[in-house]
Amino acid sequence: MRIELSRQALLSELREQVKDLSEQNLLACYQCGKCSAGCPSIEAMDVMPSQIIRWVQLGQIEKALQTKTIWLCAACQTCKVRCPRGVDLARIMEALRQLVLRDNVDYMHPNRIPAEDLEELPQIALIANFRKMTP
Amino acid sequence: MPGCTLKTKARNFETTTLGLLEALDVRVHELPDWYCCGTTYSLASDNLIMHLGPIRTLLKAKEAGRPELLVLCAMCYNTLRRAQALVLADPEKRDKINAFMYDEEVDFQGGEVRVVHLLELLKERVGFEALRDRLVRQAGELKIAPYYGCMLLRPREIAIDPSSEDPSIMEELFGACGVQSVYFPFKTECCGSYQTVNEKPIVVSRARAIAASAVKNGADLIVTSCPLCHFNLDFYQKQIQEATPGFRTIPVLYISQILALLAGQEEANDFSLHAVDPRPVLRERGLLG
Repeated sequence: MRIELSRQALLSELREQVKDLSEQNLLACYQCGKCSAGCPSIEAMDVMPSQIIRWVQLGQIEKALQTKTIWLCAACQTCKVRCPRGVDLARIMEALRQLVLRDNVDYMHPNRIPAEDLEELPQIALIANFRKMTP
Repeated sequence: MPGCTLKTKARNFETTTLGLLEALDVRVHELPDWYCCGTTYSLASDNLIMHLGPIRTLLKAKEAGRPELLVLCAMCYNTLRRAQALVLADPEKRDKINAFMYDEEVDFQGGEVRVVHLLELLKERVGFEALRDRLVRQAGELKIAPYYGCMLLRPREIAIDPSSEDPSIMEELFGACGVQSVYFPFKTECCGSYQTVNEKPIVVSRARAIAASAVKNGADLIVTSCPLCHFNLDFYQKQIQEATPGFRTIPVLYISQILALLAGQEEANDFSLHAVDPRPVLRERGLLG
């Protein structure tokens, strides 16, 4: 995939926001790929978790915000405990989700849940889902 | 002892635990006004409002003069422990969170209440040997697959076991009670968690892999302490079976359900809450009359 690099992107406000919200050293990642190898949701993702952090490093935040991947991370923290560089990638995913949600976007809406699901799903699933997918 | 799902889908977990603790002479009191923990810990640096629920629950325990807060649900355990760790590590955030507690007379400093998971209580306070002495039934040939999931183990700072990758506290507990645990490489793999709401294929795929691994390694049951793992692993097995030739279903039980059966407390278990009925295998193994 072709990426155009620019000084502007590397110093962008959005990249700074990801850094502040996640409190992570974005440059610590050296692309070993362990996060992607162990991610339980990877088969449904459009972009690998290790690619997301690479894009963030390069200031390609807008691209990252358009992926399905950031919404599929369930913050299970498998990548965090395995990362040899101590990066908490789940926090970067959360920061990216927050950038979308803070424009008052609902990624998930209660009306979209079928009635029979509401009967069956335990409330912890619903609460967690709305916590991660609504502002 | 907080926990919303313990009052609904996971009633079995609470009723069998209470019965078991009574038999072990451990007295527990439900906190009168606990709050929802939020179920999933907020990972954004400035989202302090998400930590009010767990911190307020800890504050209520402090107000009630309870130095220890027992939790059963793995999600409660995770959010309470992490919110507490945040308050302990960051005085500025602690003060901001306390500024929201205008109805409460005291502040929460961080260290006043200890969050104790049921597994920790059984290990440290009761003792596995003492627990075994209270059991009235033999587990015989019963083999379990202990499933830890994520929330008891990650991040490392709050893990109930020294190892986040290969924990053994459940194997030790059940081993002491005469129950064999099988080799189970999926024991710390995520079940897909709340993606069960709008990304079901992920959870179905995880449940298939986790259940198949337990069956392949000779387990009769999967044992867990998380109501969300329980739902995800149990509920989808019927549809997985219909779609997957050769897939064998396996019942999923809470830790306390097995222990209650070994302690002779059959009536505490409500098997209607299970999608995969555990009764046939429990009868076969002599744990159910």
